[in-house]
Amino acid sequence: MTDNDNYMVDGAGRRWFLKQSTALAGTLLLPPLATPSSALPGTVPAASSTARPITLRVNRKTYKLTAEPRETLLDLMRNRLNLTGSKKGCDHGQCGACTVHIDGRRAYSCLTLAVMQQGRDITTIEGLGTESALHPLQAAFIEHDGFQCGFCTPGQLMAGAALLREGHTGSADEIREWMSGNICRCGAYPGIVAAIQSVKKGGTPG
Amino acid sequence: MEPKLIGDPVDRIDGKQKVTGGAHYAGDIKQPEMAYAVLVMSTIANGTIRDIDTADAEKLPGVLAIMTHKNTPRLPGYDANKPGATALGRVLHLLHDDRVDYSNQPIAMAIADSFEHAVDAANHVRVTYQAKTPAPGLPTSKAEPFRPQKLPRPDDPVDTQRGDLNKAMAAAEVSFKQTYHTPTQVHNALEPHTSVAIWEGKQLTIYQATQGIFPSRERIAEYFALPPENVRVIAQFVGGGFGSKGPVWADGVLAAMAAQYVKRPVKLELRRSDMFGMVGSRSATSQQLDIGASRSGDFLGMAHRSLNQTSVFDDFSEPAGILTRVLYKCPNQEVTHRSIRANIGSPSPMRAPGEAPGMFALESAIDELAYQLNMDPIALRLKNYAETDQQKELPFSSKSLRECYQQAADRFGWSKRLAAPRSMRDGNILIGMGMASAIYPTIRDEASAKIKLNADGTVLLSIGTQDIGTGSYTAMTQLAADAFGISPDRVTLRAGDTRQPKTPVSGGSRTTASAGSAVVQAAEAVILKAKQLALNDLKSPLNGQKESDMAVEKGRLFLKSDPKKGEALTALLKRNGGNALEASTSSKSGEEKEKYSMYAHGAQFAEVRIDEALGEIRVSKLTGAYAAGRIVNAKTAHSQLVGGIVWGVSMALLEHAIHDPRTNRIMNANLAEYHVPVNADIPDIDAFFIDEKDEIVNPAGVKGIGEIGITGSVAAIANAIYHATGKRIRELPITPDKILSFTA
Ligand code: FES
Ligand code: FES
Repeated sequence: MTDNDNYMVDGAGRRWFLKQSTALAGTLLLPPLATPSSALPGTVPAASSTARPITLRVNRKTYKLTAEPRETLLDLMRNRLNLTGSKKGCDHGQCGACTVHIDGRRAYSCLTLAVMQQGRDITTIEGLGTESALHPLQAAFIEHDGFQCGFCTPGQLMAGAALLREGHTGSADEIREWMSGNICRCGAYPGIVAAIQSVKKGGTPG
Repeated sequence: MEPKLIGDPVDRIDGKQKVTGGAHYAGDIKQPEMAYAVLVMSTIANGTIRDIDTADAEKLPGVLAIMTHKNTPRLPGYDANKPGATALGRVLHLLHDDRVDYSNQPIAMAIADSFEHAVDAANHVRVTYQAKTPAPGLPTSKAEPFRPQKLPRPDDPVDTQRGDLNKAMAAAEVSFKQTYHTPTQVHNALEPHTSVAIWEGKQLTIYQATQGIFPSRERIAEYFALPPENVRVIAQFVGGGFGSKGPVWADGVLAAMAAQYVKRPVKLELRRSDMFGMVGSRSATSQQLDIGASRSGDFLGMAHRSLNQTSVFDDFSEPAGILTRVLYKCPNQEVTHRSIRANIGSPSPMRAPGEAPGMFALESAIDELAYQLNMDPIALRLKNYAETDQQKELPFSSKSLRECYQQAADRFGWSKRLAAPRSMRDGNILIGMGMASAIYPTIRDEASAKIKLNADGTVLLSIGTQDIGTGSYTAMTQLAADAFGISPDRVTLRAGDTRQPKTPVSGGSRTTASAGSAVVQAAEAVILKAKQLALNDLKSPLNGQKESDMAVEKGRLFLKSDPKKGEALTALLKRNGGNALEASTSSKSGEEKEKYSMYAHGAQFAEVRIDEALGEIRVSKLTGAYAAGRIVNAKTAHSQLVGGIVWGVSMALLEHAIHDPRTNRIMNANLAEYHVPVNADIPDIDAFFIDEKDEIVNPAGVKGIGEIGITGSVAAIANAIYHATGKRIRELPITPDKILSFTA
């Protein structure tokens, strides 16, 4: 097994999750969400007659719902599955904020029609790690401040996790090249590169 | 090891939420029955709407309404739709009339039960126009320039004069004169502007992507003729702003109008293309720099005359000359600002508004003069080092620019540079090194905060401020923790909500100076209460002592002269009934503003490698030293510098919103053709802070750091390109075609 195999991003890799960052942090008490997503139905029905039943597998969970053929995977996940971690920066495949894994490969979910993804394994940022069990790359992003506003971050992390698995992390320049499908307008690129490198270096299976 | 608290590279308190997808931005907010709004944009830049046909669109499934100027109810406070007193209050297009003042102006809004249905409906609205020829912007404009009434910051005069410029220029042994051009730029925060509006009777709640929840609340309340208390604006997380989410734009008001019209909560999320026009831009500029100097390099006279563009319906004047007034010593000077009007969306502040284009021009000119005088660019700058602010005739509260030059030059390896242009190469690659000064004013606005010290020693900090990615939530937490000498994890922060104490817009690098000072003062007020409790408490070891003789460290109140004498704050509070101590403060700048001139400074160095045959420019090294008072969080502050420097690379080499001069349409209104840097464009960046202690500037002791990074890096790169190629490009962005062209 090479280093590059170590970072499963679909849940199977959780035994390698790092222990929590030990740095000090305060508590943030933000105003309530208008309606906590938990109070909303798990899936929201499609409104139109052109909708057809589909089955999607996202983050190892199966969703049965109806979808219109024109619904993108991104909009469907965000608007109807309460999976809002993937972001929409452009809706045109130009920014990478919506990056997810489909059968382990990176994909822009804004350029992907939901109805075409049946039978595939989709992984989003929500499936990469959780606040109490961060993926090593998530911990490294915090450690190296690989973000500012955080809006590009789910996409960067999905891209970065794929890079580690694909073995495109040989040098800083290789990382820069392979991470160039994800725009960070805050300009956190040096932190992103440092975070990926640190996981690559520390990457031994647990 | 004992944490130092302030200055430590503390992780962001919201870091885990951001890396797990658990951070909720406005677009992530959901409501039962929530409808989606999508805008229809104008395709002409000047004229009127002859007809707008919504019949087909209204018949489509799921459509709730199509709002146009024909059916939109007039807002009760619409009369307030005038240029505001500050840069935040803009004139908006709110579907109230048939005027079209620029291309890509919102002219209708489709509201439907799903996003897909709303998009479909918007695509089916048919519009015909009575079109007129649009007035083009810079550089095409032939319009007569006018003198703007004001610059965005009230402290900045439109024009300034000192000494006798004409006499100085006539006497100068060396004279220099050039014009520099910068293009229209669009902020393009990665998060599109988004508002979710929810009405409950006369109460409006808006989840909004904004840099200023309070200005937004006030302006929206004004349009709906409501008292501000009836409007609640919440911004838990904001996906970047860079100025574009500072002013209150039409989208927030339109979302509230739509929600009122269809009687359902409405989400309006701008599409990327919608963001090219209605949410601001950096004005293009044309700037003329005249410098007269002695042969030994003393600046005798200097003029900076800047021309910018504004819209036909609003006033915003890019203040490109303001830093020229203060950066160098020069007894005779004239700085002026003029504008032309064009059929474009209103320009607005964008990261270092005025400062970024102005410093490109000024610092390029100084570099050109250095070559003309055959002097080292750092030596020329040191020769004209401003020890005081000559324009305001005030001393600086602190200034460490000399140290910045020196330390950055050492770390960059400036001594290895060969002075002559085109003198350094690596095979076919031309190598160039350039530098520039960086400077940014320290701005502080009124802000308030509330702190509650609980008997268990934990602290609750309430402060309205939003965090647009800069790390404000973390910095506020650290400042509160530092005041009590406790670990930040003992602090709970309530923020991002107009229900909390009022704070200013996160713009002009002012949040830590403003809100941070309020935190420091609220903490001091709580500590004063604790001291009074102790001195009046017979059981306290501090009974009968003077307040000024006591201090707090590590959560313990003690006597300064005899630190062993004291007690834990928790012990004091528990003995006194276990009640929390609470204080609210409102904090603003005082007379220090009249007595001192306050700026952060820096020195930025750049190395470029340019393919001689292809003109391809790679920035290979960036080193910058910055002095900005106290640094609250080394990690997030470093990211702020890096972000600003990346913006410098972007402005120098990439960004350009290209208007078709015949139609005034932006031809590259998307993220593929409007170029911003990607990871492969950015080298390692060595950005660091110089120790600077400034107890005058504000109670937090901090200067702004969010914008200074861009003020030096643009010219440093342009100067490096000249050094590499011998070609002076005075028009941004510097692209390969300009390097290869022999007429440039
Ligand atoms: S939202 Fe999919 S690439 Fe930008
Ligand atoms: S962190 Fe803001 S866009 Fe990347």
